[in-house]
Amino acid sequence: MECNAASGLLHAHIDGELAIGEAWLLDEHLRGCSACRARHAAAQSIHAAVSTHATRFQAPDGLLERIRDALPAARTRAAPKLTRFWYGSRFWMGWGNGAACAAALAIVIGIGIHLAQPNRDDRFAGEAVANHVRSMLADHAVEVASSDRHTVKPWFNGKLDYGVPVVDLSAQGFPLTGGRLDYLDHRLVAALVYRHRLHRITVFALPSRKGAERDTARTLSRRGYTVVRWSQAGMDLWAVSDVNARALDEFRALYLAEAGHAQ
Amino acid sequence: MSEPTNARRFAELALPHMNSAYSLARWLTGNADEAQDIVQEAYMRAFGSFAGFRGEAARPWLLAIVRNTTYSWLAKQRRAEFEVPYDDEIHGGEDCGGVESDAARLGNPEAILACADDARLVNEALQHLPVAFREVVVLREIEELSYKEISEIANLPIGTVMSRLARGRKLLLVSLTLQRKEPCNGM
Repeated sequence: MECNAASGLLHAHIDGELAIGEAWLLDEHLRGCSACRARHAAAQSIHAAVSTHATRFQAPDGLLERIRDALPAARTRAAPKLTRFWYGSRFWMGWGNGAACAAALAIVIGIGIHLAQPNRDDRFAGEAVANHVRSMLADHAVEVASSDRHTVKPWFNGKLDYGVPVVDLSAQGFPLTGGRLDYLDHRLVAALVYRHRLHRITVFALPSRKGAERDTARTLSRRGYTVVRWSQAGMDLWAVSDVNARALDEFRALYLAEAGHAQ
Repeated sequence: MSEPTNARRFAELALPHMNSAYSLARWLTGNADEAQDIVQEAYMRAFGSFAGFRGEAARPWLLAIVRNTTYSWLAKQRRAEFEVPYDDEIHGGEDCGGVESDAARLGNPEAILACADDARLVNEALQHLPVAFREVVVLREIEELSYKEISEIANLPIGTVMSRLARGRKLLLVSLTLQRKEPCNGM
Protein backbone atom coordinates (compact mmCIF):
# COMPACT_ATOMS: atom_id res chain seq x y z
CA MET A 1 0.00 0.00 0.00
CA GLU A 2 1.33 3.46 -0.93
CA CYS A 3 1.17 6.58 1.21
CA ASN A 4 -1.51 8.14 -0.97
CA ALA A 5 -3.84 5.25 -0.41
CA ALA A 6 -2.86 4.90 3.23
CA SER A 7 -3.50 8.52 4.14
CA GLY A 8 -7.00 8.28 2.75
CA LEU A 9 -7.76 5.36 5.05
CA LEU A 10 -6.29 6.62 8.31
CA HIS A 11 -9.51 8.07 9.66
CA ALA A 12 -11.58 5.10 8.60
CA HIS A 13 -9.09 2.90 10.43
CA ILE A 14 -9.42 4.96 13.58
CA ASP A 15 -13.19 4.77 13.31
CA GLY A 16 -13.21 1.04 12.83
CA GLU A 17 -14.68 1.32 9.36
CA LEU A 18 -12.09 -0.73 7.53
CA ALA A 19 -12.56 -4.38 6.71
CA ILE A 20 -10.02 -6.73 8.26
CA GLY A 21 -8.08 -7.05 5.02
CA GLU A 22 -7.79 -3.31 4.44
CA ALA A 23 -6.89 -2.73 8.07
CA TRP A 24 -4.16 -5.32 7.86
CA LEU A 25 -2.68 -3.77 4.73
CA LEU A 26 -2.76 -0.36 6.35
CA ASP A 27 -1.12 -1.70 9.51
CA GLU A 28 1.58 -3.18 7.32
CA HIS A 29 2.20 0.15 5.65
CA LEU A 30 2.22 2.03 8.94
CA ARG A 31 4.78 -0.33 10.39
CA GLY A 32 7.19 0.78 7.70
CA CYS A 33 6.25 4.43 7.20
CA SER A 34 7.00 6.94 9.92
CA ALA A 35 5.36 9.83 8.08
CA CYS A 36 2.04 8.05 7.86
CA ARG A 37 2.45 6.86 11.42
CA ALA A 38 2.83 10.44 12.54
CA ARG A 39 -0.27 11.46 10.62
CA HIS A 40 -2.14 8.55 12.11
CA ALA A 41 -1.06 9.44 15.62
CA ALA A 42 -2.13 13.05 15.12
CA ALA A 43 -5.54 12.02 13.83
CA GLN A 44 -5.91 9.50 16.63
CA SER A 45 -5.07 12.10 19.26
CA ILE A 46 -7.74 14.45 17.94
CA HIS A 47 -10.26 11.66 17.79
CA ALA A 48 -9.48 10.76 21.40
CA ALA A 49 -9.62 14.38 22.52
CA VAL A 50 -12.98 15.09 20.96
CA SER A 51 -14.65 11.84 21.90
CA THR A 52 -13.41 12.23 25.47
CA HIS A 53 -14.03 15.92 26.06
CA ALA A 54 -16.84 17.01 23.77
CA THR A 55 -19.87 17.89 25.85
CA ARG A 56 -22.80 15.52 25.75
CA PHE A 57 -25.55 18.03 26.32
CA GLN A 58 -28.48 16.89 28.42
CA ALA A 59 -31.94 18.12 27.62
CA PRO A 60 -33.08 20.74 30.13
CA ASP A 61 -35.79 20.03 32.69
CA GLY A 62 -39.26 20.19 31.37
CA LEU A 63 -38.50 19.39 27.76
CA LEU A 64 -39.63 15.81 28.14
CA GLU A 65 -42.97 16.92 29.59
CA ARG A 66 -43.45 19.51 26.88
CA ILE A 67 -42.90 16.89 24.21
CA ARG A 68 -45.20 14.44 25.93
CA ASP A 69 -47.85 17.13 26.34
CA ALA A 70 -47.87 17.77 22.64
CA LEU A 71 -48.35 14.15 21.69
CA PRO A 72 -51.76 12.53 21.76
CA ALA A 73 -52.06 11.00 25.21
CA ALA A 74 -50.88 7.41 25.30
CA ARG A 75 -52.74 4.82 27.28
CA THR A 76 -50.83 3.22 30.16
CA ARG A 77 -51.02 -0.38 31.26
CA ALA A 78 -52.01 0.41 34.84
CA ALA A 79 -54.41 3.33 35.05
CA PRO A 80 -54.91 4.09 38.72
CA LYS A 81 -57.83 6.38 39.35
CA LEU A 82 -57.53 8.23 36.08
CA THR A 83 -60.29 10.52 35.05
CA ARG A 84 -60.96 11.53 31.51
CA PHE A 85 -61.80 15.02 30.56
CA TRP A 86 -61.50 17.35 27.65
CA TYR A 87 -58.92 20.07 27.95
CA GLY A 88 -59.03 22.47 25.10
CA SER A 89 -58.72 20.57 21.88
CA ARG A 90 -56.71 17.76 23.38
CA PHE A 91 -57.91 14.60 25.03
CA TRP A 92 -56.28 14.13 28.39
CA MET A 93 -56.02 11.30 30.82
CA GLY A 94 -55.05 12.76 34.11
CA TRP A 95 -55.78 13.24 37.73
CA GLY A 96 -57.50 16.55 37.35
CA ASN A 97 -56.62 20.06 36.28
CA GLY A 98 -53.95 20.78 38.84
CA ALA A 99 -52.03 17.61 38.24
CA ALA A 100 -51.46 17.85 34.51
CA CYS A 101 -47.69 17.76 34.88
CA ALA A 102 -47.79 14.88 37.28
CA ALA A 103 -50.07 13.06 34.89
CA ALA A 104 -47.68 13.55 31.99
CA LEU A 105 -44.83 12.34 34.13
CA ALA A 106 -46.85 9.41 35.40
CA ILE A 107 -47.59 8.42 31.84
CA VAL A 108 -43.89 8.47 31.10
CA ILE A 109 -43.11 6.39 34.16
CA GLY A 110 -46.02 4.10 33.49
CA ILE A 111 -44.66 3.31 30.07
CA GLY A 112 -41.26 2.80 31.65
CA ILE A 113 -39.37 5.13 29.40
CA HIS A 114 -35.76 5.44 30.39
CA LEU A 115 -33.73 8.20 28.88
CA ALA A 116 -30.60 6.85 27.31
CA GLN A 117 -27.70 8.30 29.26
CA PRO A 118 -24.13 8.28 28.03
CA ASN A 119 -22.93 5.09 29.58
CA ARG A 120 -19.63 4.91 31.38
CA ASP A 121 -19.13 1.34 30.20
CA ASP A 122 -19.57 2.46 26.59
CA ARG A 123 -16.96 5.17 26.92
CA PHE A 124 -14.59 2.84 28.67
CA ALA A 125 -15.07 0.25 25.95
CA GLY A 126 -14.44 2.87 23.28
CA GLU A 127 -11.15 3.86 24.90
CA ALA A 128 -10.11 0.25 25.34
CA VAL A 129 -10.73 -0.44 21.67
CA ALA A 130 -8.78 2.66 20.66
CA ASN A 131 -5.83 1.52 22.78
CA HIS A 132 -6.04 -1.95 21.33
CA VAL A 133 -6.08 -0.64 17.76
CA ARG A 134 -3.25 1.76 18.43
CA SER A 135 -1.14 -1.04 19.88
CA MET A 136 -1.45 -2.92 16.63
CA LEU A 137 0.23 -0.06 14.78
CA ALA A 138 2.99 0.63 17.24
CA ASP A 139 6.28 -1.15 17.01
CA HIS A 140 5.97 -2.04 20.65
CA ALA A 141 2.66 -3.47 21.67
CA VAL A 142 4.41 -4.93 24.68
CA GLU A 143 7.06 -3.43 26.89
CA VAL A 144 7.83 -6.75 28.52
CA ALA A 145 7.80 -9.47 25.89
CA SER A 146 7.43 -12.88 27.45
CA SER A 147 5.04 -15.76 27.36
CA ASP A 148 5.88 -16.56 30.96
CA ARG A 149 3.48 -15.02 33.44
CA HIS A 150 6.17 -15.27 36.14
CA THR A 151 8.14 -12.73 34.11
CA VAL A 152 5.27 -10.48 33.10
CA LYS A 153 3.48 -10.19 36.43
CA PRO A 154 6.46 -8.90 38.47
CA TRP A 155 7.38 -6.47 35.69
CA PHE A 156 4.40 -4.36 36.80
CA ASN A 157 5.68 -4.15 40.40
CA GLY A 158 6.72 -0.62 41.17
CA LYS A 159 4.94 0.64 38.08
CA LEU A 160 1.42 0.02 39.34
CA ASP A 161 0.22 0.03 42.90
CA TYR A 162 -1.78 -3.16 42.49
CA GLY A 163 -1.10 -6.77 41.61
CA VAL A 164 -1.91 -7.69 38.04
CA PRO A 165 -3.77 -10.97 37.46
CA VAL A 166 -1.74 -12.63 34.69
CA VAL A 167 -2.71 -16.16 33.73
CA ASP A 168 -1.22 -18.84 31.51
CA LEU A 169 -3.67 -20.04 28.90
CA SER A 170 -1.20 -21.36 26.33
CA ALA A 171 -2.53 -24.90 26.71
CA GLN A 172 -5.98 -23.61 25.81
CA GLY A 173 -4.76 -21.82 22.70
CA PHE A 174 -4.27 -18.34 24.13
CA PRO A 175 -0.53 -17.84 24.63
CA LEU A 176 0.67 -14.72 26.40
CA THR A 177 2.70 -12.31 24.30
CA GLY A 178 3.61 -9.85 27.02
CA GLY A 179 2.47 -6.74 28.81
CA ARG A 180 2.68 -2.98 28.81
CA LEU A 181 1.36 0.05 30.63
CA ASP A 182 -1.55 1.90 29.10
CA TYR A 183 -4.14 4.54 29.99
CA LEU A 184 -7.87 4.08 30.52
CA ASP A 185 -10.18 6.67 31.95
CA HIS A 186 -7.19 8.83 32.90
CA ARG A 187 -5.73 6.01 34.98
CA LEU A 188 -2.56 4.05 34.44
CA VAL A 189 -3.54 0.43 33.84
CA ALA A 190 -1.95 -2.89 32.97
CA ALA A 191 -2.42 -4.18 29.45
CA LEU A 192 -1.76 -7.85 28.85
CA VAL A 193 -1.46 -9.11 25.32
CA TYR A 194 -2.59 -12.58 24.38
CA ARG A 195 -2.70 -14.28 21.04
CA HIS A 196 -5.32 -16.59 19.65
CA ARG A 197 -4.30 -17.99 16.28
CA LEU A 198 -3.84 -14.80 14.23
CA HIS A 199 -5.86 -12.59 16.53
CA ARG A 200 -4.64 -10.36 19.29
CA ILE A 201 -6.50 -10.05 22.57
CA THR A 202 -5.67 -7.16 24.85
CA VAL A 203 -6.71 -7.49 28.47
CA PHE A 204 -6.81 -4.29 30.51
CA ALA A 205 -6.76 -4.83 34.25
CA LEU A 206 -7.50 -2.22 36.86
CA PRO A 207 -8.88 -2.23 40.38
CA SER A 208 -12.65 -1.93 40.60
CA ARG A 209 -13.91 1.31 42.00
CA LYS A 210 -15.01 0.80 45.59
CA GLY A 211 -18.59 -0.28 45.77
CA ALA A 212 -18.80 -0.64 42.02
CA GLU A 213 -17.91 -4.26 41.51
CA ARG A 214 -20.25 -5.93 39.11
CA ASP A 215 -21.16 -9.62 39.30
CA THR A 216 -22.31 -10.08 35.76
CA ALA A 217 -19.95 -9.95 32.83
CA ARG A 218 -20.90 -7.81 29.88
CA THR A 219 -20.18 -8.11 26.20
CA LEU A 220 -20.17 -5.08 23.91
CA SER A 221 -19.37 -4.61 20.30
CA ARG A 222 -17.48 -1.46 19.35
CA ARG A 223 -16.41 -0.45 15.88
CA GLY A 224 -16.16 -4.04 14.76
CA TYR A 225 -14.27 -5.21 17.82
CA THR A 226 -15.63 -7.33 20.61
CA VAL A 227 -15.25 -6.13 24.17
CA VAL A 228 -15.91 -8.26 27.22
CA ARG A 229 -15.89 -6.81 30.70
CA TRP A 230 -15.88 -8.78 33.90
CA SER A 231 -14.84 -8.49 37.51
CA GLN A 232 -12.76 -10.83 39.62
CA ALA A 233 -11.15 -10.48 43.01
CA GLY A 234 -11.54 -6.72 43.23
CA MET A 235 -10.37 -6.09 39.67
CA ASP A 236 -12.19 -5.03 36.53
CA LEU A 237 -10.92 -6.70 33.40
CA TRP A 238 -11.64 -5.59 29.87
CA ALA A 239 -10.74 -7.88 26.98
CA VAL A 240 -10.68 -6.43 23.46
CA SER A 241 -10.26 -8.42 20.29
CA ASP A 242 -11.51 -8.89 16.79
CA VAL A 243 -12.53 -12.46 17.56
CA ASN A 244 -16.24 -13.02 17.84
CA ALA A 245 -18.24 -12.64 21.03
CA ARG A 246 -18.51 -16.33 21.72
CA ALA A 247 -14.77 -16.87 21.47
CA LEU A 248 -13.99 -13.89 23.66
CA ASP A 249 -16.48 -15.03 26.23
CA GLU A 250 -14.77 -18.44 26.28
CA PHE A 251 -11.52 -16.61 26.86
CA ARG A 252 -13.12 -14.74 29.76
CA ALA A 253 -14.37 -17.97 31.32
CA LEU A 254 -10.95 -19.59 30.98
CA TYR A 255 -9.25 -16.50 32.45
CA LEU A 256 -11.59 -16.48 35.41
CA ALA A 257 -11.11 -20.18 36.05
CA GLU A 258 -7.34 -20.03 35.69
CA ALA A 259 -7.03 -16.99 37.94
CA GLY A 260 -8.95 -18.88 40.58
CA HIS A 261 -6.30 -21.62 40.51
CA ALA A 262 -3.24 -19.43 40.28
CA GLN A 263 -2.02 -17.30 43.18
CA MET B 1 -53.30 0.73 15.14
CA SER B 2 -55.34 2.94 17.41
CA GLU B 3 -53.99 6.40 18.07
CA PRO B 4 -53.19 6.00 21.77
CA THR B 5 -51.33 2.75 21.10
CA ASN B 6 -49.50 4.36 18.21
CA ALA B 7 -48.53 7.30 20.39
CA ARG B 8 -47.36 4.94 23.06
CA ARG B 9 -45.22 2.94 20.65
CA PHE B 10 -43.75 6.15 19.31
CA ALA B 11 -43.02 7.39 22.82
CA GLU B 12 -41.28 4.15 23.74
CA LEU B 13 -39.16 4.24 20.61
CA ALA B 14 -38.33 7.91 20.32
CA LEU B 15 -38.35 9.49 23.78
CA PRO B 16 -35.34 7.60 25.17
CA HIS B 17 -33.21 9.39 22.58
CA MET B 18 -34.22 12.85 23.63
CA ASN B 19 -30.79 13.71 25.02
CA SER B 20 -29.10 12.70 21.76
CA ALA B 21 -31.64 14.77 19.87
CA TYR B 22 -31.08 17.76 22.09
CA SER B 23 -27.31 17.40 22.03
CA LEU B 24 -27.23 17.34 18.24
CA ALA B 25 -29.49 20.36 17.94
CA ARG B 26 -27.46 22.16 20.60
CA TRP B 27 -24.19 21.52 18.78
CA LEU B 28 -25.61 22.56 15.43
CA THR B 29 -27.21 25.79 16.63
CA GLY B 30 -24.86 26.69 19.48
CA ASN B 31 -27.93 27.85 21.36
CA ALA B 32 -29.86 26.11 24.14
CA ASP B 33 -33.21 27.82 23.54
CA GLU B 34 -33.22 27.21 19.82
CA ALA B 35 -32.17 23.62 20.43
CA GLN B 36 -35.20 23.06 22.69
CA ASP B 37 -37.63 24.51 20.18
CA ILE B 38 -36.09 22.47 17.40
CA VAL B 39 -36.26 19.24 19.39
CA GLN B 40 -39.94 19.79 20.14
CA GLU B 41 -40.68 20.43 16.50
CA ALA B 42 -38.55 17.47 15.43
CA TYR B 43 -40.53 15.13 17.67
CA MET B 44 -43.78 16.43 16.19
CA ARG B 45 -42.49 15.82 12.70
CA ALA B 46 -41.18 12.41 13.72
CA PHE B 47 -44.58 11.45 15.09
CA GLY B 48 -46.18 12.74 11.93
CA SER B 49 -44.04 10.49 9.79
CA PHE B 50 -44.17 7.56 12.19
CA ALA B 51 -46.44 5.63 9.85
CA GLY B 52 -43.45 5.33 7.52
CA PHE B 53 -41.13 4.03 10.22
CA ARG B 54 -40.06 0.54 9.23
CA GLY B 55 -38.61 -0.61 12.54
CA GLU B 56 -35.06 0.37 11.75
CA ALA B 57 -32.82 1.78 14.50
CA ALA B 58 -34.77 4.56 16.18
CA ARG B 59 -31.90 6.88 17.11
CA PRO B 60 -30.47 7.47 13.61
CA TRP B 61 -34.02 7.81 12.28
CA LEU B 62 -34.80 10.45 14.86
CA LEU B 63 -31.48 12.26 14.47
CA ALA B 64 -32.03 12.57 10.72
CA ILE B 65 -35.27 14.37 11.49
CA VAL B 66 -33.58 16.56 14.10
CA ARG B 67 -30.85 17.47 11.62
CA ASN B 68 -33.30 18.37 8.87
CA THR B 69 -35.50 20.30 11.28
CA THR B 70 -32.47 22.26 12.43
CA TYR B 71 -31.46 23.20 8.93
CA SER B 72 -34.90 24.29 7.81
CA TRP B 73 -35.56 26.12 11.08
CA LEU B 74 -32.36 28.08 10.85
CA ALA B 75 -32.60 28.68 7.12
CA LYS B 76 -35.95 30.29 7.86
CA GLN B 77 -34.14 32.65 10.17
CA ARG B 78 -31.82 33.42 7.30
CA ARG B 79 -28.74 32.04 8.95
CA ALA B 80 -26.45 32.01 5.96
CA GLU B 81 -24.44 28.97 6.84
CA PHE B 82 -27.58 26.89 6.95
CA GLU B 83 -29.06 28.36 3.78
CA VAL B 84 -26.21 27.75 1.40
CA PRO B 85 -25.39 24.09 1.13
CA TYR B 86 -21.73 23.45 1.71
CA ASP B 87 -20.12 22.55 -1.56
CA ASP B 88 -17.06 20.44 -0.96
CA GLU B 89 -15.74 21.27 -4.44
CA ILE B 90 -15.98 25.02 -4.06
CA HIS B 91 -15.35 25.30 -0.36
CA GLY B 92 -13.19 22.24 0.09
CA GLY B 93 -9.91 23.81 -0.79
CA GLU B 94 -6.67 22.01 -1.33
CA ASP B 95 -5.67 18.91 0.51
CA CYS B 96 -4.57 19.68 4.01
CA GLY B 97 -2.34 16.65 4.31
CA GLY B 98 0.49 19.00 5.10
CA VAL B 99 -1.32 20.27 8.15
CA GLU B 100 -1.08 16.99 9.97
CA SER B 101 2.59 16.66 9.20
CA ASP B 102 3.10 20.22 10.42
CA ALA B 103 1.21 19.47 13.56
CA ALA B 104 3.24 16.36 14.03
CA ARG B 105 6.35 18.47 13.71
CA LEU B 106 5.03 21.33 15.86
CA GLY B 107 4.55 18.91 18.66
CA ASN B 108 4.52 15.18 19.02
CA PRO B 109 1.09 13.63 19.52
CA GLU B 110 1.59 13.54 23.26
CA ALA B 111 2.09 17.29 23.28
CA ILE B 112 -1.05 17.82 21.25
CA LEU B 113 -2.86 15.52 23.59
CA ALA B 114 -1.74 17.53 26.57
CA CYS B 115 -3.42 20.56 25.07
CA ALA B 116 -6.33 18.51 23.91
CA ASP B 117 -6.79 17.50 27.52
CA ASP B 118 -8.33 20.88 28.10
CA ALA B 119 -12.03 20.20 27.69
CA ARG B 120 -12.86 23.87 27.37
CA LEU B 121 -10.46 24.35 24.46
CA VAL B 122 -11.71 21.23 22.74
CA ASN B 123 -15.33 22.31 23.01
CA GLU B 124 -14.58 25.84 21.85
CA ALA B 125 -12.66 24.53 18.88
CA LEU B 126 -15.54 22.22 17.97
CA GLN B 127 -18.13 24.96 18.26
CA HIS B 128 -16.07 27.15 15.94
CA LEU B 129 -15.85 24.57 13.20
CA PRO B 130 -17.97 25.44 10.17
CA VAL B 131 -21.23 23.58 10.59
CA ALA B 132 -20.67 21.28 7.60
CA PHE B 133 -17.67 19.78 9.41
CA ARG B 134 -19.03 20.14 12.92
CA GLU B 135 -22.12 18.12 12.05
CA VAL B 136 -20.10 15.14 10.85
CA VAL B 137 -17.63 15.30 13.74
CA VAL B 138 -20.46 15.45 16.28
CA LEU B 139 -22.29 12.53 14.73
CA ARG B 140 -19.11 10.48 14.69
CA GLU B 141 -17.41 11.41 17.96
CA ILE B 142 -20.38 12.15 20.21
CA GLU B 143 -23.16 10.06 18.78
CA GLU B 144 -20.67 7.39 17.66
CA LEU B 145 -22.60 6.60 14.51
CA SER B 146 -21.14 4.68 11.60
CA TYR B 147 -20.15 6.36 8.34
CA LYS B 148 -23.17 4.78 6.72
CA GLU B 149 -25.53 6.13 9.38
CA ILE B 150 -23.94 9.57 9.16
CA SER B 151 -24.32 9.57 5.38
CA GLU B 152 -28.02 8.79 5.78
CA ILE B 153 -28.62 11.37 8.48
CA ALA B 154 -26.74 14.18 6.74
CA ASN B 155 -27.84 13.07 3.29
CA LEU B 156 -24.30 12.87 1.97
CA PRO B 157 -22.37 10.27 -0.01
CA ILE B 158 -20.10 8.23 2.24
CA GLY B 159 -17.01 9.63 0.50
CA THR B 160 -18.11 13.13 1.46
CA VAL B 161 -18.66 12.03 5.04
CA MET B 162 -15.11 10.72 5.11
CA SER B 163 -13.54 13.82 3.61
CA ARG B 164 -15.49 16.19 5.86
CA LEU B 165 -14.58 14.16 8.92
CA ALA B 166 -10.91 14.12 7.96
CA ARG B 167 -10.92 17.83 7.27
CA GLY B 168 -12.89 18.61 10.40
CA ARG B 169 -10.36 16.72 12.49
CA LYS B 170 -7.49 18.48 10.74
CA LEU B 171 -9.04 21.87 11.45
CA LEU B 172 -9.48 20.93 15.10
CA LEU B 173 -5.87 19.80 15.26
CA VAL B 174 -4.67 23.11 13.88
CA SER B 175 -6.97 25.04 16.16
CA LEU B 176 -5.81 23.20 19.27
CA THR B 177 -2.14 23.35 18.34
CA LEU B 178 -2.18 27.02 17.45
CA GLN B 179 -4.22 28.11 20.46
CA ARG B 180 -1.33 27.44 22.73
CA LYS B 181 -0.51 30.95 23.83
CA GLU B 182 0.12 29.60 27.28
CA PRO B 183 1.48 26.20 28.28
CA CYS B 184 -1.06 23.43 28.44
CA ASN B 185 -1.76 21.09 31.34
CA GLY B 186 1.24 18.97 32.06
CA MET B 187 3.49 20.83 29.65
